[in-house]
Amino acid sequence: MKTRLPAIPVAAPPRCAEDVLDVRDLRMRYGKTDVLNGVSFTARRGEVLALLGPNGAGKTTTIEILEGFRMRSAGKVSVLGADPARAGEDWRARTGVVLQSWRDHAKWQVRELLAHMGRYYAPYSTADVTRPWDVDDLLETVGLTPHARKRMRNLSGGQRRRLDVAIGIVGRPELLFLDEPTAGFDPEARHDFHDLVRRLADRQEVTILLTTHDLDEAERLADRILVLAGGAIIADGSAEELACALPSQSEVRWSRDGQRFVHAPDNATVFVWELFQQYGESVEDLEVRRASLENTYMALVRQAEQGAPCGLTAVTA
Amino acid sequence: MRADGGDGMNPALAAVRAGLSGGWIELKQILTTRADLVGLLVRIGTLLAVMIWTRQTHLPGTNFSLGTATLASVLGLNFVVYGVVAMGDLLVVEREDGTLLRAKATPNGMLGYLLGKVVSTSGQVALAVAITLFIGVFLFTGLAIGSPGRWLTLSWVLVLGLLATLPVGAVLGSLFPSQRSAGPWWLLLLGGLSAISGIFYPITHLPVFLQWIGQLFPVYWLGLGMRSALLPNAMAAVEIGHSWRHLATFGVLSAWAVAGIVLAPAVLRRMARRESGSTVAARREKALRGT
Repeated sequence: MKTRLPAIPVAAPPRCAEDVLDVRDLRMRYGKTDVLNGVSFTARRGEVLALLGPNGAGKTTTIEILEGFRMRSAGKVSVLGADPARAGEDWRARTGVVLQSWRDHAKWQVRELLAHMGRYYAPYSTADVTRPWDVDDLLETVGLTPHARKRMRNLSGGQRRRLDVAIGIVGRPELLFLDEPTAGFDPEARHDFHDLVRRLADRQEVTILLTTHDLDEAERLADRILVLAGGAIIADGSAEELACALPSQSEVRWSRDGQRFVHAPDNATVFVWELFQQYGESVEDLEVRRASLENTYMALVRQAEQGAPCGLTAVTA
Repeated sequence: MRADGGDGMNPALAAVRAGLSGGWIELKQILTTRADLVGLLVRIGTLLAVMIWTRQTHLPGTNFSLGTATLASVLGLNFVVYGVVAMGDLLVVEREDGTLLRAKATPNGMLGYLLGKVVSTSGQVALAVAITLFIGVFLFTGLAIGSPGRWLTLSWVLVLGLLATLPVGAVLGSLFPSQRSAGPWWLLLLGGLSAISGIFYPITHLPVFLQWIGQLFPVYWLGLGMRSALLPNAMAAVEIGHSWRHLATFGVLSAWAVAGIVLAPAVLRRMARRESGSTVAARREKALRGT
């Protein structure tokens, strides 16, 4: 059956002097394909923002434009007060990008590489922030102290990813970009990684923009979730706000004469009442479950991609 | 604006220092990684074997050992092996594996990255020249080394040779999309240039039009420069114009150096501009699929 969802209020982002990110009507077109058609959002200092959406929604394109690695077709973008398409090396020193390493720097030792990358940031030290991050302290923070003298190529996948994070933050960035940070992680590595990201945001006031297609991850890490689908932001709010705004779709399971049934009615209470009216005591094994946020998110995205019949609106600048 | 309050170091200077130390670290890694060291020695050994094989043959028209002449010429070929091919291949490989993207994500990282490559590849050229020469002195007769003038010639050919080849290597490396597609071209470049540049046999025995083509490229002049530094002066007689032609050598190598140094920044910037996380991820997937 078809689920019907009400509109989620998407407030126009207020302009704020403290905004680390300010994106207005960002558009990206490859050939004749519009990948982003009018993305707008802001982020304040110390906020963790998750850009959530299915594959191909434009998450990576958005983050790469903000990183200054990709030119945009149209729209206004301000990152740490500068346009990333034109920003210089001083701006670069204030940002951190966590890249997914593959086989680069294979012969370098962990500590050696981290110390080397840190040297570039030394001139950007200020009275408040000592740059780069002390190498031994950083190794401890990401849990790589026992592997400090290992060569990169001898690290496990999880250890490599922790080093990727360490390289991303060695310059003590004010803003950190993470594109699909936990893709390919085992559950334990994912847990450790989530801890680290939260610590960075809470203790160091780092603003973090991460992309993920994992709602669980977005819920756990982000102060605010932006749902990107079909090249536009279809929802913007904290996990609680999204959950409240989304209808509580429920699932009813029961069996009758040894046969099992599942149904997702609009109003579970009324449906169950009608069920007993009709079949009485022959209804057995009754269960009423609230649908997970994930299912609702899936429905939301599906609907947005099919043309948003229920009044979902993209943010317009 | 944020540079003040730091340790007073200029950001570009910090990148230069980081690049130099990074290049030194990578050079040490080559010497301490068995596969790299074996590769280096095998390349040197193969070329030495060719020289030993032609040790008893005479340079046409003289009774001078062809092997000894080849030894000097091969030192010039080293610039192409390490300066152009190794430098270019490094850029292709490290663009593919994301090293370059890391440099791009770091303040002044590209400057440091390139300097590092210049240090590590120059170091390899110098090592190859030194090892070949060291072994050559014991194996071959007729080398005329020892006078300050000859060391001076060797030095300026070495420095100018690096300037003439490293930027060209970097430019070529930025043009190839992947290591797989670059491989055959490097071989063609090496084979073709050593064939028309008088490395293993005097260029004067080639058809005249090939002699002219050979003289357009730096390899011939590097070989000539090395021969002028290491062979007795009488051997100039078998060269084009019966002369070591130092002025022409200086001119052609300088022209290549200037062209490379002018062209390289623009080409490298264009290459770097295209790099992003998704381009590296796409290459990784392609490589893992083995297509």
